[in-house]
Amino acid sequence: MTPRTTFNHEMEELSKEITEMANASRTAFERSVQMITDMDFSLREEVRALDKLVYQLNEQIDRHCLDIIALHSPVAGDLRLISACLKMVEDLNRFGRYATDIAELIDDFEEGKAFKRFESLRTMSCLVVGIVDDAVYSFLQRDAEKASHLHERDDAVDALYDSIFREILTYMMEDPRKITIGIDLILVARYMERVADHACNIGEYVYYMVTGERLDPKLRTGSVEQPPCRIFEHPDPRSELDLK
Amino acid sequence: MTTAIRTDDLHVYFDKNHALKGVSMDIEMNRVTAVIGPSGCGKSTFIRCINRMNDLIPGCMVKGKVMVDGEDINDDEIDVVNVRRRIGMVFQKPNPFPKSIYENVAYGPRLHGVAEMADGRLRRRKHTKKDLDEIVEHSLKRAALWDEVKDRLDKSGTSLSGGQQQRLCIARTLAVNPEIILFDEPCSALDPIATAKIEDLLVDLKKDYTVVIVTHSMQQAARISDRTAFFYLGDLVEMGDTKQIFERPQKELTEQYITGRMG
Repeated sequence: MTPRTTFNHEMEELSKEITEMANASRTAFERSVQMITDMDFSLREEVRALDKLVYQLNEQIDRHCLDIIALHSPVAGDLRLISACLKMVEDLNRFGRYATDIAELIDDFEEGKAFKRFESLRTMSCLVVGIVDDAVYSFLQRDAEKASHLHERDDAVDALYDSIFREILTYMMEDPRKITIGIDLILVARYMERVADHACNIGEYVYYMVTGERLDPKLRTGSVEQPPCRIFEHPDPRSELDLK
Repeated sequence: MTTAIRTDDLHVYFDKNHALKGVSMDIEMNRVTAVIGPSGCGKSTFIRCINRMNDLIPGCMVKGKVMVDGEDINDDEIDVVNVRRRIGMVFQKPNPFPKSIYENVAYGPRLHGVAEMADGRLRRRKHTKKDLDEIVEHSLKRAALWDEVKDRLDKSGTSLSGGQQQRLCIARTLAVNPEIILFDEPCSALDPIATAKIEDLLVDLKKDYTVVIVTHSMQQAARISDRTAFFYLGDLVEMGDTKQIFERPQKELTEQYITGRMG
């Protein structure tokens, strides 16, 4: 008999749950952007339902991970996998939340028709969904190499976001009546950019899960100069509470 | 970090059985080093080499060096009794002498006597009663047993519970003032509470002693040790900081063993 049959079964179940959650959150996000780009508002209910499912799976996986830690004391690769799952569900949950935010952002898109079709939003959506798919794929295939390259594609998403922002800003300056819809569309692009960031986070967890090494932070910053971090002093809790 | 014990290409044979196959390892001073591995991997054989306990087994042959304080303890010139005083050992099953608690602890010091310089020569004299009282109290305190037995030191050591008997054995080891203490699965016969007390004690003891523990419980190794060595079929497969071994082992065999998929 293979050792630790129950444990192996639990780990397989966990992987299935993560796959289901990843599929649901990715589809929710894709549908929400499709709703905007195709102006198909019938998708809104589907996005809401998927987000609800994503939230339920988040709770379920969180409990499952804690049960496995409590009952099976995982170590080494198993422990890193559980740790990755616990963090991943938070990011996948964010995909669902952003999808709902996008779906509920624009109640009436009639005014938006005055804009030209947003091909750039559609392009950005394809890029972001591609990163999300590869992040999830890298987890399922334990592919550290793929996970380590997600940040490079995130740079393209960031650049596209800047471009969309400027484009919409131009339309808004030309016609102040389009400011409301313009801001909504900028938010859509912003949410997409955030989803790509969360997908990159997943890549980092996967890289550590597979290799046991942290991804080189230089890869994350890319070529962009980062401002120096502000260091916060940790207050002495006793002085706050006047404890001796 | 100072090395307390260094083994160099250590081989052990039990007749034709090659039990330990060239183990080279540094054990650091004032740290807890755990030795893990499946049954028959050579972990107990290894620590028994450190205080020459294998000498007592017929057909056993030891090759290679075990250096303690720059001396090879396998050298013919070395006094084995003194080696075992300097390097104490606590076994799987508590084995107090069928004597009083006091006598269990005083036995070793009484046997070894006190070393002191007289007329420019090192001599041994008998301990006074006061010396022995102090040693017994100090050793029992150090083994976290004093408060539980101070009012019944004349009672038999075998009347104590399993966990208390094991701490009595630790006190007995401490009484002869060792530098290194070897533990061969010291908690395998104890309940969880008694195990927790011994574990706390081991962590505390490393301040003054170098501790090496053989354990079947990987969780115990993870909880109390600073360094972990993994043995398999007589080979030292991997040794490293305990956190590294349990979070990201470098060898596939180690990963398979600690995740319970092998052994």
